[in-house]
Amino acid sequence: MLAKRIIPCLDIKNGRTVKGVNFLNLRDAGDPVALAKQYAINGADELVFLDISATLESRSTTVEMVRNVAAQIDIPFTVGGGVSTKEGVEQLLKSGADKVGVNSAAIKRPNLINELSLAFGSQCIVVAIDAKEIEGKWRVHLAGGTIPTDLDLFEWAKEVETRGAGEILFTSMNNDGVKTGFANQALAQLSETVNIPIIASGGAGAMSHFETVFKEGKADAALAASVFHFGEIDIKELKQELQSKQINIRL
Amino acid sequence: MNVIIIDYGAGNIQSIQFALQRLGITAVLSNNPELIQGADKVIFPGVGEASQAMQMLKNSKLDALIPNLKQEVLGICLGMQLLCKHSEEGDTKGLGVFDVNVKRFTNAVKVPHMGWNTIYNQNSDLLINIPQNSYMYSVHSYYAGLTEQTIASSNYEHEFSAALQSNNFYGVQFHPEKSSKDGSQLLQNFLNL
Repeated sequence: MLAKRIIPCLDIKNGRTVKGVNFLNLRDAGDPVALAKQYAINGADELVFLDISATLESRSTTVEMVRNVAAQIDIPFTVGGGVSTKEGVEQLLKSGADKVGVNSAAIKRPNLINELSLAFGSQCIVVAIDAKEIEGKWRVHLAGGTIPTDLDLFEWAKEVETRGAGEILFTSMNNDGVKTGFANQALAQLSETVNIPIIASGGAGAMSHFETVFKEGKADAALAASVFHFGEIDIKELKQELQSKQINIRL
Repeated sequence: MNVIIIDYGAGNIQSIQFALQRLGITAVLSNNPELIQGADKVIFPGVGEASQAMQMLKNSKLDALIPNLKQEVLGICLGMQLLCKHSEEGDTKGLGVFDVNVKRFTNAVKVPHMGWNTIYNQNSDLLINIPQNSYMYSVHSYYAGLTEQTIASSNYEHEFSAALQSNNFYGVQFHPEKSSKDGSQLLQNFLNL
């Protein structure tokens, strides 16, 4: 049986992880390779690296980091953040990334999704969508959630599927950082709307939130950052807990 | 040991090279027929679309070479599918090493089949020391059905071939290079054949 996936997300700047990562047994918490290894050993099913570098120079450092991660890590990983061209995607894939996440660039120029899936295959194109529920309507946001658009989450999801996305990473801005659980209702509706896998993001605060995101939110995978980084939730324990709740999990 | 990863322009082959490196093997990427023929082991990878990948094989005349190789060959993902008779993807005639057709999963399930799934009924030296129901990582929209050449099964929508073998030709639908320790064991088994 296909297992539900648990995915830690790491923010990367200048080839280093940022935003308080706190693993007691790591001497250098900023080293993405060491962190990735730790997560892989603990049972993470995949990893997502979100590149928040602002300059071209620091982006090339990220490419170097991707190579190092690929050389040492034997589970799949996605790299996203600021990806906007076919050349940029090719560089990341050639360096060893399994999938590439696109977000704002796809909203600005939707045909980018077609071009990328045609060139590299749908399986490696993850379209990330940040959306916020405003007066009952889920509105897609641009640029890390800072700029609202007129796009509706479900319509946009359907469109990215049609254009060749292989997977959707949906972050609920209402839930992100609040730690009171994922946006299960919207996630379930998203799963009904499209026929590609959905990664749920935003809201993880307790182990029970992962149980509900799979059971009620019908998500295929769940992504979280801080609860894993600060050791609030241990991935191994989480996966044992989920298995005891009859959820298919790779142990 | 001289291991060649066939480099014909289809997909991410860096990961396979890295995975072999972790096993102490420096594999060479090449599309040179003489080098490929002279290798101890050949890995035939592939990611992307079947008809385009087959066209790239034809362009480098590897379509005639590969089915006649005498050493152990391991097709991975699309590489395995191209070794089959025919693929629905782009109505592509395959290399015909495996006597099975490749079809698309229906929309009764989410497509692609993406993530960690179990393999079972292993029946080959390629799969020794890999326990029943081990999880392997897969990403694919098309599958090869079950045949007498099936050496491991998996289930998504229905049963299908997780791995195939015909004489010196082996194929796996999943990505051993991304399947943690069990995937690494499979690559080691392949090197040991």
